Amino acid sequence: MDVTAGWYLALGAVLFVIGASGMLLRRNALVMFMSIELMLNAVNLTFVAIGRHTGDLNGQVAVFFVMVVAAAEVVVGLAIMIAVFRRRSSASVDDLAVLNG
Amino acid sequence: MDFNVLSLLIWVPVAGAAVVVGLPRRRAELVIPVAFALSVLTLGLAGYLVFEFEGADGGFQFVEKTAIWSDLGIDYHLGVDGISLFLVALTAFLFPIGILASVNIELRPKEFMAALLLLEGALIGVFLALDLVLFFVFFEVLLVPMYFLIGMWGGERRLDAALKFFLYTALGSAFLLVGIVFLSAQANQQLGSPTFNYLELLDLDISRTAQYWLFGAFGIAFAIKVPLFPFHTWLPDAHTEAPTAGSVILAGVLLKMGTYGFLRFNLSLFPEATVQLATFLAALAVVGIIYGAAVAIVQPDLKRLVAYSSVSHLGFVVLGIFALTSQGVSGGVIQMVNHGLTTGALFLLVGMIYERRHTREISAYGGIQKVMPWFAGFFLFTAFASAGLPGLNGFVGEFLILLGSYSRHPALTIIAAFGVLLAAVYLLWAYERVFTGEPDKEENKALTDIGMREIGILVPMVALIIMLGIYPKPVLDRIEPAVERVIDRIEQQTDFQSPLRIDDIALDDEEVTP
Amino acid sequence: MTDYLWIVIALPLAGAVFLHFFGQRLGEPWAGIVATSTIGAGFIYALVAAGDFFTGTGHGETIHLFDWIAPLGANAELLWDPLSAVMTLTVTGVGTLIHLYSIGYMHGDPRYGRFFTNLNFFAASMLILVLADNFGLLFVGWELVGLSSYLLISFWFTKPSAAAAGKKAFIVNRIGDVGFLIGLMLILANFSTLTYGTVLEEPARFITAGTATAITLMLLLGAAGKSAQIPLYFWLPDAMEGPTPVSALIHAATMVTAGVYMVARAASLFELSAFSMGTVATIGAFTALFAATIALKQRDIKRVLAFSTISQLGYMFLAVGTGAYIAGIFHLFTHAFFKALLFLGSGSVIHAMNDEQDMAKMGGLRTVMPVTHATMFVGWLAIIGIPPLAGFWSKDEILALVFGEGGWYGFLWVIGLVTALLTAVYMTRWMQLTFWGEARWDDGVHPHESPAVMTVPLLALAAGSALFGLINTPFKGFFQPAFEHFLEPSFEAIEMAHLPSGATPYVLAVISVAAAALGAWYATRRYRGENAFERAPVAEGRTGLWRWVDNGYYVDDIIGNLLVLPGKLVAAWTAFVFDSDVIDGSVRAVGGGVRRIGGWLRPLQTGFVRNYAAVTFAGVVGLLVWFVSRGVS
Repeated sequence: MDVTAGWYLALGAVLFVIGASGMLLRRNALVMFMSIELMLNAVNLTFVAIGRHTGDLNGQVAVFFVMVVAAAEVVVGLAIMIAVFRRRSSASVDDLAVLNG
Repeated sequence: MDFNVLSLLIWVPVAGAAVVVGLPRRRAELVIPVAFALSVLTLGLAGYLVFEFEGADGGFQFVEKTAIWSDLGIDYHLGVDGISLFLVALTAFLFPIGILASVNIELRPKEFMAALLLLEGALIGVFLALDLVLFFVFFEVLLVPMYFLIGMWGGERRLDAALKFFLYTALGSAFLLVGIVFLSAQANQQLGSPTFNYLELLDLDISRTAQYWLFGAFGIAFAIKVPLFPFHTWLPDAHTEAPTAGSVILAGVLLKMGTYGFLRFNLSLFPEATVQLATFLAALAVVGIIYGAAVAIVQPDLKRLVAYSSVSHLGFVVLGIFALTSQGVSGGVIQMVNHGLTTGALFLLVGMIYERRHTREISAYGGIQKVMPWFAGFFLFTAFASAGLPGLNGFVGEFLILLGSYSRHPALTIIAAFGVLLAAVYLLWAYERVFTGEPDKEENKALTDIGMREIGILVPMVALIIMLGIYPKPVLDRIEPAVERVIDRIEQQTDFQSPLRIDDIALDDEEVTP
Repeated sequence: MTDYLWIVIALPLAGAVFLHFFGQRLGEPWAGIVATSTIGAGFIYALVAAGDFFTGTGHGETIHLFDWIAPLGANAELLWDPLSAVMTLTVTGVGTLIHLYSIGYMHGDPRYGRFFTNLNFFAASMLILVLADNFGLLFVGWELVGLSSYLLISFWFTKPSAAAAGKKAFIVNRIGDVGFLIGLMLILANFSTLTYGTVLEEPARFITAGTATAITLMLLLGAAGKSAQIPLYFWLPDAMEGPTPVSALIHAATMVTAGVYMVARAASLFELSAFSMGTVATIGAFTALFAATIALKQRDIKRVLAFSTISQLGYMFLAVGTGAYIAGIFHLFTHAFFKALLFLGSGSVIHAMNDEQDMAKMGGLRTVMPVTHATMFVGWLAIIGIPPLAGFWSKDEILALVFGEGGWYGFLWVIGLVTALLTAVYMTRWMQLTFWGEARWDDGVHPHESPAVMTVPLLALAAGSALFGLINTPFKGFFQPAFEHFLEPSFEAIEMAHLPSGATPYVLAVISVAAAALGAWYATRRYRGENAFERAPVAEGRTGLWRWVDNGYYVDDIIGNLLVLPGKLVAAWTAFVFDSDVIDGSVRAVGGGVRRIGGWLRPLQTGFVRNYAAVTFAGVVGLLVWFVSRGVS
């Protein structure tokens, strides 16, 4: 069986849907972060796969950007979550609806 | 001497603001001397500019140009001509006076002075910028210090007034930005690359419809700034609530950005639309003249009265500009300077009495002339200058405007002439109520006359008011070539013929034929 | 000599500036002496400069000082011709005497120095007005005399009535000035300049009769404001709140005559429009009559003279409107003397009576104030027109010239004659109530003759009032019409009114002298005895009519209730209803609208991250569907 780019794309799609579902359904902020990471990596996988398929290095370059952004995002996001957790003793995002209209 | 005087004019005060902020807290007594010295340095630069300016040349001088973002055609592009020259000089002149008038500020003097200096740099930038993006940046940046001047150091209703001022003018700026971008897109089509260079944009061939839209976009921004009736209601609130220096700058220079914008951009860039819409704008101006004066008559608050008088006076400026005659436009330019001086002085005077009595209500006063004769003298003098008494500066501008506008807008100008009458009514009636009679209230009997510092602030203004009234020639001679150029341009671009040009004027030693 | 003519203006101006800073410190009497000498020196300079005009060898000259508003053809240029020379000499001559008189009159005033500052400033402004060589500079003087008038009327600013009177004078003058300004606009639009040289020399080359009518009627409005003619006369009586020398100088001898001067100066323009000329003459005649009737019932010693001034100015307008320019200027000249004299005399009386101005409390002053009375007697004879005093020659010349025009002017002549009769009545009443009859002084008032510094100017003015008529008699021989010859060069190209031929002028003179004598005789009888001051001239029973006259025909009330009050109401409505509710209301409505829309959109921001994420995904899916449905390229 030939492992073509299609397989990688399918895997990326599955990972992305899992991540998106987790993002939408879970309330724990930490889990939501993980879901986001999952989505980002799904996209990374897609980039690399298509880059390889078309022989274009830009796909891999983009992945590096995504990884850097993801790392920075996690740093800020986790810091915020820890600060919130200290004050509220809860990591549930439903408790954080103070900024509603 | 070879140095970039225009850049210095902008960046000395801006750098000065940084210096003032950077002063250590324990050396607080240095704040005002440093700020004052920097503003005087700027005034010196402006003086150098005025004296080195080549009067007979109607074009831009002292031009500086450096590309900032060449792909988009944005330059750091400065220049001065006869129209902007005296506005720059006026700005540089009013700031040291504003600083001197604010030495008694107790709340955060450092930030106050820094805001003033930043404002000065931005204002001078507005008048010098020849790149539309640069112009827009300065136009917007100065809102910030002004917002804080009103909002932090203002009167009782300062927050409302500051917010209204900011939002109202920002609304106008949005239209301006759209207009600028559209203009640049036109340049991209016609010249092959986008540009914001004013001088290059002059060469664009803009369709008549586009001119109308652009005139409207630019016009709304400037009409709000002037302010032209019916966009004036931010003005009385902002002027009244602002601290004295803020009112002086607001009335003295900030409003001129509107009239300057009309003259610099609308008249030159959209001549076709200008010619078509001139009557409409002149009509709005005349409504403003009469309306502002009528409302000023019944104001119970002295500062609001002066604020509404600005609406009336700026109406004269706009009328002159849209007369599209050399005399009218020259009168408009010189009237911008005159209004800066007289209304600035009036706000200073109102500020002085407010510092003593902490009220602006006219009815709280009465008979002040007896206890404050010097103050009364200065006030009456300035009031007459504001009412356009011949021999003082206000007259030169109004006279040029009225006589220059008649040939193009006869009916409107005749109505506008009644503004001169109403000016006498509101100023003299206010004078009568505040100053004459016996001082019958205890608080008023105890008032002390103005001291040397206050007289020192007023004397330079009085001197200029007299000088410009008796010998305006040096100023007029420098303004005229630039104004002639604007009118020439309109005549070339459209089939409009200005009904009155300076060359038409017969002087005594010439043989005249009808 | 004429190259330095600006000195005439500069002298009093320098005096004003100097006294502004040092006047109060100099104090009495030096401030007054400085002021008097500056204007006196100006008089002497002008007299010498006018030398060529006296010998008939001079010609009009333009002196360029500096460029002022060149784009309007309004530069600082002076015109020195016989007409401006006459005006300059009148202003400086009479002005010097009044300055001198003020040294005594203002004795003890706490703002003594400031008074002379303003007086000198007035003189400088008036000289700018009469010496200007273009309408722009004329307008400068025109407004500056208004300013000095304002400052001097409200000189005693702690008195609310004085402050209000000053304001009223300035504002009413400004109404006229708006007309004047409109006139200047028309002039610039048609002539492209404001200089006399172009505008006044053959204006028919530039304009039609219709335009000339428009221009001159607008100028006339300005003149009516300055010279207190119908419909803008009503500021002058109130202006009497000012110190008496001010009333004499500004509101009798000089400033108020500026309108007459201006019409005479612009004669070539007025000449183009018969309608304007007729209007000038008619306004003049009716003002003369109208003011004279009001003067009949006044009790204030100065207000009688104020209405009398309005009435006499009416004569001058009648003259210039008839084309009798020289006669008008001549009456201006003689009136300056006898009216200044009467005012200064009334000042002397007021001074003696401890600032009492009500004639009901005077009477019998002849014996205690012999010099004042003697000079007032001369002034009285001069104003009612008894030969050979000055008023007779000038007034009768006007009446004769008006009669000579015929037609509508014949009717105006009748009005002029009736006015002459009324003048005799009210002036005789004035003399009778003040100087003759029994004393009705308040207790504690001890009238006394004024000091020499005040009586000397009175004597000088009395001499002028008595003799200066003789410089313009219609006879040949010793009494040449010298004044006419002097002024003729200024009116070379102008068509002047002519005296009727033959013996008619003499018959007319006899008629008007008879009218004056009749009036005087009647008034001496009528105002003799108890409570004469309450008496109306005739028809005691018909009090309704006299109540109208008493109140100046209620003009002040009508203006107050029909113009000022509604004006204020409109302004208040504009400010407090229209501006704050409609204009600012719409601005606030826009702000409120934005706020309300924000309110509707608020619930969209639930604060739950999942909701935002779901919307984001929905958006992504939507975009995907859109792209796919269009076919990905």
